Amino acid sequence: MSDRSAVSVLDTPNSYIGRSVSRPNAKRLAQGRATYVDDIMLPRMVHLAFCRSPYAHAEILSIDGTAALALPGVLRVVTMADLQDYCTPWVGVLDHLKGIKSAPQWPLANGKVFFQGEPVVAIVASNRAIAEDAADLIEVDYKELPPVTDAETALDPDTPVIHPELGDNLCFERSIDSGDVDAAFASAAVVVEESFHFNRHTAVTLEPRSIICDYNPADENLTLHMSVQCPHMSKHLYAKHLGLDENKVRVICKDIGGSFGLKIHTYSDEMAAGALTVMLGRPVKFIADRLESFVTDIHARDHRVTAKMAFAQDGEVTAVEMDDITGIGPYSVYPRSSGIEMNQVVNLTAGPYKHLNYRVRARAVFQNKGVMCQYRGVGHPIAVAVGEALVDKGAAALGMDPAEVRRRSFIPDDAYPYTSPSGAIYERQSHRQSLDKLVTIMDYEGLRREQRALRERGVYRGIGFASLIEVTNPSPAFYGVGGARIASQDGCTIRLDPTGGITCATGVTEQGQGTETIIAQIAASAVGVAPGQVRVITGDTDVVPYGGGTWASRGAGIGGEAALQAGKELRRNILEVAGAILQTAPENLDVRDGMIVDAKGFNERMPLAELGRLVYFRGDTLPDGLQPELVATKHYVSRSYPFAFTNAAHACLAEVDVETGLVSLLKYWVVEDCGTVINPLLVAEQTRGGVVQGIGAALYEECLYSPEGQMINGSMADYLVPMAAEMPEIYVDHVTTPTETSELGAKGVGEAGTAGAPGAVMNAINDALEPFDTRLSHMPFTPDKILRALGKT
Amino acid sequence: MTAPIIVTLTVNGEPVNRAVEPRLTLADFLRDELGLKGTHVGCEHGVCGACTVHLNGATVRGCLTFAVQCEGAEVETVEGGTDSGRLKDLQDEFVARNALQCGYCTPGMLLSAAELLEQNPAPSRDEIREHLSGNYCRCTGYQAIVDAIETTARKRVELER
Repeated sequence: MSDRSAVSVLDTPNSYIGRSVSRPNAKRLAQGRATYVDDIMLPRMVHLAFCRSPYAHAEILSIDGTAALALPGVLRVVTMADLQDYCTPWVGVLDHLKGIKSAPQWPLANGKVFFQGEPVVAIVASNRAIAEDAADLIEVDYKELPPVTDAETALDPDTPVIHPELGDNLCFERSIDSGDVDAAFASAAVVVEESFHFNRHTAVTLEPRSIICDYNPADENLTLHMSVQCPHMSKHLYAKHLGLDENKVRVICKDIGGSFGLKIHTYSDEMAAGALTVMLGRPVKFIADRLESFVTDIHARDHRVTAKMAFAQDGEVTAVEMDDITGIGPYSVYPRSSGIEMNQVVNLTAGPYKHLNYRVRARAVFQNKGVMCQYRGVGHPIAVAVGEALVDKGAAALGMDPAEVRRRSFIPDDAYPYTSPSGAIYERQSHRQSLDKLVTIMDYEGLRREQRALRERGVYRGIGFASLIEVTNPSPAFYGVGGARIASQDGCTIRLDPTGGITCATGVTEQGQGTETIIAQIAASAVGVAPGQVRVITGDTDVVPYGGGTWASRGAGIGGEAALQAGKELRRNILEVAGAILQTAPENLDVRDGMIVDAKGFNERMPLAELGRLVYFRGDTLPDGLQPELVATKHYVSRSYPFAFTNAAHACLAEVDVETGLVSLLKYWVVEDCGTVINPLLVAEQTRGGVVQGIGAALYEECLYSPEGQMINGSMADYLVPMAAEMPEIYVDHVTTPTETSELGAKGVGEAGTAGAPGAVMNAINDALEPFDTRLSHMPFTPDKILRALGKT
Repeated sequence: MTAPIIVTLTVNGEPVNRAVEPRLTLADFLRDELGLKGTHVGCEHGVCGACTVHLNGATVRGCLTFAVQCEGAEVETVEGGTDSGRLKDLQDEFVARNALQCGYCTPGMLLSAAELLEQNPAPSRDEIREHLSGNYCRCTGYQAIVDAIETTARKRVELER
């Protein structure tokens, strides 16, 4: 548990925790001086393109690469038969997801293709354009097989089984039946029910997936320049499947152009680049183009849910029952599996509420579409939207205010720590305080008055709430216990340099969220220097402590705590040396703004640079028996709780044009509680970016497939993403409930915006349309769907 | 039609002369021939705006412009706008306001914003949002970008007073 002493560095006057420090590394990005993977040019590097399957499901009868190989500039044309000796297959299952199953995946199709875009032939050429020219010349003879695309019929007896060796199309199923659900529904004052569609969408990082694999046969070292969130995980996976010594694999991540969960998975085309660098002994670059990205990047969501909620007469939620079916594509994605999103839906639906009666069945099924796996929010957007929509519908049926129903149903403040019917353990949340603050800052009463007045004039505005919990700071309970070598602990090594500067290497990674900045703020506060004196190193497995990287909103809470403890250790070591030099006890001294000072009165005694000079260059002058250690390493893993849950309250003000079906989002508010706020500016920007990704899911984004399994809108001209003109101003405020699991007290914040927005937007639209006695629950809420709901098409 | 063609142009104030394939886009020309990696490629079909550069003073999509179309032209990229100081106040505000996260869209955003402020020194927030409608950012949600451009415009107007 926490070591929150009265003299915590968090509370000292020169602490940088809680300050809106801007990001030093942003300057480089703003000048176009970043280094993304595609910017790296290596000697003898070759380029990779793929001939991909045009079919969702087919058998490969023959492949003829003769014409492609004859093209000047083409070095190799490679099929799976050629890679058999270079790469072993992988299966995306975890031990703790009972019964989950999947089929082996290879870097290239192995006899059959299971989704449109699956790589079939790899072409290595002197540049990408030539490789693409060659891909067009490859002749593959396919025998089409019946595609399975509809998740809802994937388990029907007459639906073909995609992987016959698995027996059926069921990847994973989980059920909970807690309390007395039937009795609760039988005795309810009000029961509401709804069916929901959660559209399949995708990450659309502006920088696509990118990798350079550089194998040096002389020393058997493999260097991977990757756009990836988890360098140590990749190091392990490439070593394992390419048959290399893991100690000789190095993963380097320089700048990363967005990830959001897209870049934590194993992709066949990237693994093919790994196999080919070993085959060729020279660097191989693969940069996915946008069209490849749409069909091969992981997709997200794709859930069909029916759910009902029971209420007591006073508005309290008493029971929830739900059935979820999710289509995950033809494979459970390796190594995190495609069972986790569904599992989150099971664990977290109606999570803010104290109902004890809960029954759920959820199933993940195989289909011949692109693979589905973890993307920002992982299951939360579904869990939140289902619960929050039913709360609103119940409030309407009870004739009560939706905010009031939430207040009456939240887990009471004095009930923490609380174990939910799904078994999730909540340390402490601030739902009531967050909602109360939200209704104040948005002027809820004023908005309701305005809403009524505008309705008289034929203007239809709606207010939608979403209260939510978000899993952050995961312990090994997420992946480690399932046998995956994905670290939930993280480390930080911190060093005082002779200049008095601090160098800090951390296992958590930077994708633009501001990791390097907050680590610098924490390290600076812990040691006693200005953040500008701290240089932070991330994303190089040869340099940083072993760690998990970026996933599940863990960077600040886990990596930050390791940095805090490492910084405190270094400070102790510095003071020990300073005490010996200055002939006083270490506890009489302090470090402030790069200066050793008297603990009382703060008289300046010695700059850190002078201490560094003496230690590094004049050890002969130090007292006998003193061995200075100006490097400290500390690690941290969450133990006392499996997760730290962040909570938030969202509200959306939307206007629906009932003639055109267009939705305008006028304003959006978030009150979030991520515990200790290390940098308010960065927390607010993570929240805003997350909300806008959630808005994209609610209003615009959908991977549309034909019944044959062809993605029919796989370009940025056809797949709509949120753009500046349509996005609302987003107001962010805080309630602060630090987690007691760490001294830092920080919980994660990266995904909470995405978790809440789809539900809040849905509720706002339905509130706007309340006079028309219609409801929408199939995302995205396009003008066409809204007009149909209004009976206008 | 695939034989290289000699193209002569000015890039960031420096004369450039290269033999290029007719199919080579301006974005690839800048990145691969000239090493100007600040111009990013995001979609290669003219929608995302990551490859936005200035061609004879106006923004163009580097992925929809062929290098051979730039014969005699003046091209400016984020590197040129940085070296000349033309983008400096915008860049400073983007950093101060955290109007960039991953940074991949930022060079294109800056060049679009610079064009807007030349055309309209005091744009409203809606006008800023409208002008950025061809520049995709997945990270920020745009509000910080709008703030940074609005602040830059205000400071420029104040400076001129």
